Amino acid sequence: MLVVENLTVEFPGRHGVFTAVEGISMTVAPGEIHGLVGESGAGKSTIGAAVIGLLQPPGRIASGSLRLGETDLRALTPEQAHRIRGKRISMIFQDPQTSLNPLMTIEDQLIETILAHEDIGTQAARARAIALLEEIGIENAAARIGAYPHQFSGGMRQRVVIALALCTNPELIIADEPTTALDVAVQSQVLELLRRLADTRGIGFILITHDIGVIAEITDRVTVLRGGRVMEAGATAQVLGAPTHPYTRALMAAVPRLDRKLERFLLPAVEGDAPDLPEAVDEAEYAANWLLSGLRHASSGPALEIAGLSVRFKGTRTSLFHAPEPFAALSDIALSVKPGTVLGVVGESGSGKSTLARAIVGLVNPAAGAMRFAGEGLPYGRVRARSHPVRRAIQMVFQDPYSSLNSRHRIGEILAEPLKLYGIERDPAQRRRLAGAMLALVGLAPDAIDRYPHQFSGGQRQRIAVARALLARPSFLICDEPTSALDVSIQAQVLNLLKDLQARFGLTILFISHNLAVVRQMADDIVVLKAGRIVEAGPSEAFFAAPQHPYSVELLSLTPSLALLDGAA
Amino acid sequence: MWARWWQSDGFWLFRRSPAAILAALVAVLILGGALLAPWLAPSNPYDLRTFDLMDGLLPPLWQGGDARFLLGTDDQGRDMVSAILYGARLSLLIGFSAMAIASVLGVSLGVAAGYWGGRFDAVVMRIADVQLALPAILTALLIDGIARGLLPRELHDDLRIPVLILAIALSLWVNFARTARASTFVERRKDYVEAAIIMGQHPLRIMARHILPNILGPLLVIMTVDLAAAILLEATLSFLGIGLPADSPSLGTLIRIGMQFLLSGEWWILWIPTLFLVALVVSINLIGDFLREVFNPRLR
Repeated sequence: MLVVENLTVEFPGRHGVFTAVEGISMTVAPGEIHGLVGESGAGKSTIGAAVIGLLQPPGRIASGSLRLGETDLRALTPEQAHRIRGKRISMIFQDPQTSLNPLMTIEDQLIETILAHEDIGTQAARARAIALLEEIGIENAAARIGAYPHQFSGGMRQRVVIALALCTNPELIIADEPTTALDVAVQSQVLELLRRLADTRGIGFILITHDIGVIAEITDRVTVLRGGRVMEAGATAQVLGAPTHPYTRALMAAVPRLDRKLERFLLPAVEGDAPDLPEAVDEAEYAANWLLSGLRHASSGPALEIAGLSVRFKGTRTSLFHAPEPFAALSDIALSVKPGTVLGVVGESGSGKSTLARAIVGLVNPAAGAMRFAGEGLPYGRVRARSHPVRRAIQMVFQDPYSSLNSRHRIGEILAEPLKLYGIERDPAQRRRLAGAMLALVGLAPDAIDRYPHQFSGGQRQRIAVARALLARPSFLICDEPTSALDVSIQAQVLNLLKDLQARFGLTILFISHNLAVVRQMADDIVVLKAGRIVEAGPSEAFFAAPQHPYSVELLSLTPSLALLDGAA
Repeated sequence: MWARWWQSDGFWLFRRSPAAILAALVAVLILGGALLAPWLAPSNPYDLRTFDLMDGLLPPLWQGGDARFLLGTDDQGRDMVSAILYGARLSLLIGFSAMAIASVLGVSLGVAAGYWGGRFDAVVMRIADVQLALPAILTALLIDGIARGLLPRELHDDLRIPVLILAIALSLWVNFARTARASTFVERRKDYVEAAIIMGQHPLRIMARHILPNILGPLLVIMTVDLAAAILLEATLSFLGIGLPADSPSLGTLIRIGMQFLLSGEWWILWIPTLFLVALVVSINLIGDFLREVFNPRLR
């Protein structure tokens, strides 16, 4: 149905012409889901945009051919291309929050789209819209169609987006990371829906994703991309089951496995990292010794102990005269972390994982409960003095490495900040030396010190963030989704780094993630949060072998896994 | 250093934007002319002894005027070139000072309001709302009136320029405060600020060293646009006679004087200072637009 041959897309820019994809060939048959998988910058989305004719200017198709059935997509006038978009090719975007107009009801958006492409009456369009919503699994569609997007949950919204893509009976749908913004439970429903639509309606899909688990779940064929070129392509079971290209193999090895814990990940080579120069090794050794010399031997008691912790947020005011009901973000949390171990905290979005971290570091004020750190009481955020020793002892690594480093400061300044602030090192030259050594320890080149954050990739920034945390000589590290903004191979690097540091310096880590497979790689003990409450807690290996609570069982079964392919491997 | 500047994205955009180049050229010429007025101007328009009534109302050179007066003279025999250069000097001095005071006041209040939120924010922003409801002329009259009441008469005349600067600054700080507050609100929730809070850094240090550099882009745009606004405001106030007296003419005063000759054929006394003011304000605004483009990452 769709035949792409030798597609090359270029972006002319100030620094010469950038070739985003080069020599791509692929086909999509009716009823087939074709996965495009690769890390950021692989050109996945560019291919999708080229097919639907929505390349961001100044991007242009330099060569190759695109044919949909008998139509040559490159020969179309803008007018004709506009008619084909929506009518024969539709698109599903990543974020259902932004791809629906918040000021229009679902009904209006669906009917508008149907009427734009077909000459039928409003009543007929409305009937079609309701039928569509029912088909994609929205119950009681006739009543709910008048709702606004914000009245639907994230998963429901993504279904509505799919309904919008479907309402003109397209032959081909391009789904660009359709489940990346969704929780696992919702993700599996949406994937199921896509599969069903391909089977029953015979629609061809191009599914763009970075998640190999998703590819393994529902695609028929897969194309593995890297740097705008095809690394490997073929039937999904064959490519993932018996990968022939080294890159595919490395990519597969970097995916955290839900079914087993690895000591270290194997990594595909990444450019821009510190080569193993003797000099860099010496520097790393210097930083390591500095860290070791500052270690205080932990007492035998728990590093962090939390009892009866509750956090409430002000609710939204619905009446002028009644105080709003508070929203309980965390209720009655009790946990304890043994020194030198990693406690994994898992849960879906909104389960209170991040709130827990923020309560410990003092960014939010708990309503009740007691926290003890290394045997001493930990004051609540509002009354915790700026000079409280815990501010040094507990350090945090944030989710988004693009916002956790001040983009106007050089790396050297960012790293020297904790040394200066906590009075660890008074001599500026020595501070600089330590900052450079710490960069070597986390595997970055020494010249990084005079550069700015935007000159680094996400994974490198995350390592800088880890270096900053380490320069405070902490005994306790809180990692809030430290790898969820990163590509798998980069994620593997950061996880390796954290594992190494933890083993070497006996750090205690609170590791927060929505990804069970990642937590399995890191955690000694595990806590499962749901709607602000702990539903299950216990040693990690026992949890993954035999989860007790029904919610944990469900969560585990919904996480896409590569286990299916193990037989073939 | 120069090579890096030449290579930077901002300068690359600049080289590609004829409007920005032209505006910068005009602004630099006017700024240079104003700064060097005492050396460039043929005569000193403040020194009444150098005027000769016999030279009064001479037209510009190309309309058959006198070779000594390129742009003609006014009714006192004052050379228009000198008057405009000195006038622009005064206008720019007032504009820059007012903008500087307004930005320091507005940005500090705005950043603090955005950072702390709550009651402080509410108080500052309500004051800003009230300030915005008062026309600049009223603010100027108010301050002028207070100054008149408080200061002895001879001191008051000397202080007309500071009073004018203060009045203009007070009517412009709200722009800075609102923008700084809104940007701070966004930055406040970013992880790097939270990281600094967790570390226990002093709030003032977080505001000055972490937040301020990150919100400088939009503020720089406001600075240029408000510089133009301050110059216009000064011209308006002087035109209405609230600002500067006729013996120390700014551009606004010159335009007011020129008004009297609008219908009697001596067009140059009004039109030349007016066109000069328009050129100055338009070029500053164009530079502001250009900066807006440079600092908006989405437009790159």
